Amino acid sequence: MQTLRRTPLYERHRALNARMVPFAGWEMPVQYEGVIPEHRAVRADTGVFDVSHMGELEVEGPRAHQFLQGMLANDLDKIQPGQAQYTLLTNERGGIIDDLIAYRLDQGRYLLVVNASNRETVFRWLKEHEIPGSDVRDVSDEFGLLAVQGPRSIERLGLDDAPAFTFAEQELDGIEVMVNRTGYTGERGVELLVPADDAADLWDRVLERGAVPCGLGARDTLRLEVCFPLHGNDIGPETDAISAGLGWVCALDKEFTGVAELRRIKADGPERKLVPFVMEDSAIPRQGMPIAGGGEVTSGSHSPMLNRGIGMGYVPSEQATADTELTIDVRGRDRRARVVTKPIYKRQEG
Amino acid sequence: MAADESYPEDLRYHPEHDWARIEDGEAVLGITWYAQDALGELVHYEPPEDGATVSKDSAYGEVESVKAVSDVISPLSGEVIEVNQAVVDAPEKVNEDPYGDGWLIRIRLSDPAETDALLTVEAYRELLTEQ
Repeated sequence: MQTLRRTPLYERHRALNARMVPFAGWEMPVQYEGVIPEHRAVRADTGVFDVSHMGELEVEGPRAHQFLQGMLANDLDKIQPGQAQYTLLTNERGGIIDDLIAYRLDQGRYLLVVNASNRETVFRWLKEHEIPGSDVRDVSDEFGLLAVQGPRSIERLGLDDAPAFTFAEQELDGIEVMVNRTGYTGERGVELLVPADDAADLWDRVLERGAVPCGLGARDTLRLEVCFPLHGNDIGPETDAISAGLGWVCALDKEFTGVAELRRIKADGPERKLVPFVMEDSAIPRQGMPIAGGGEVTSGSHSPMLNRGIGMGYVPSEQATADTELTIDVRGRDRRARVVTKPIYKRQEG
Repeated sequence: MAADESYPEDLRYHPEHDWARIEDGEAVLGITWYAQDALGELVHYEPPEDGATVSKDSAYGEVESVKAVSDVISPLSGEVIEVNQAVVDAPEKVNEDPYGDGWLIRIRLSDPAETDALLTVEAYRELLTEQ
């Protein structure tokens, strides 16, 4: 039996009576008080998530930029030091090895924040394709990562507003952190990268400032409501970026692994598409459920904000337009759903 | 608000964490505090139809939390004479009051002798200590 890894905040989660579950080889909190109150806290005010299980890779060297331009789908020429970008690591078939955020630390130095479950795969892939003048290092164990998310998160942390996908080194309650204007909830917020030794102190300060501790359960329902894909569910090595609706992340005018296949799929039009849907009947869709006509649910849950079943799944392109009625096989029962436009949950402004 | 842990003395229990309140050849059925706590906040209840036949030790419905779905096992056999529509509309009632407002179905017993095989509260508590 493989031992589960623990983040620097493990003892904090135990002290808060979190329900711990295995996730991607880590022992992680799935909930504290409950998924629904935690979800609502993030939509209404501020929640904090331990996402220290995510991987951090540093890519450095005079040819690091050139190297990553050939590996990642999005165009790194669009970002300067201090800026970040959502992007994909693709294989020769245009499949998605991982979705990640690239932070440009310097002209020739990048930090890649990758999914916990893909940390080793991404590291190995980059090492195998490395070119002279670029060096890839796995620095994951040096850091803790806290996501502080919600409409009042910036104010509660005493930070100033900043554009999305920017970052800066800052001091927060006396702790040196990298403040990243990114997140996975659809709300305003930051992700705080901190040396592992300071992670527990930072967690305590963030709780003192009124953030509600939130587990992976709420993280999943929050991202699903705003249609952010989850690698392993909605996207993977066998699904291409165009069918997944991630064409906007792919700079098809540059050369990177799998670009020829992605250009072909774009030109021909994908045979199936990833669509968001809302249940019309009372039922909760789950991953793997068949959709009549040849489709399949890839993520499904209950939406605390809509108080309905919601999900995403691949359907033949002719079923992919908004308002199309879908029939989902919920453990042998036919239940109706309707294709909607992204996001499923629209944030209340002001 | 979730209820505090409790197991009423006047109920009989099934090892799959279901309870039965037996009266006059009928029984009201539900899931125990332990079951609702393990599942978390319920967000869906898929009930049987009125008039359906339920069998001891078999599933008669489903309850779902955000993360998981679970069959509900019948502790006794009989015919469904009432479904708790209030729980269909607001499944969180099971978390708030698992033995009261959170009941799931009422059945007419087809074999009242089956009740002898159910656990007393002492025996069920004993079983929980082994979980």
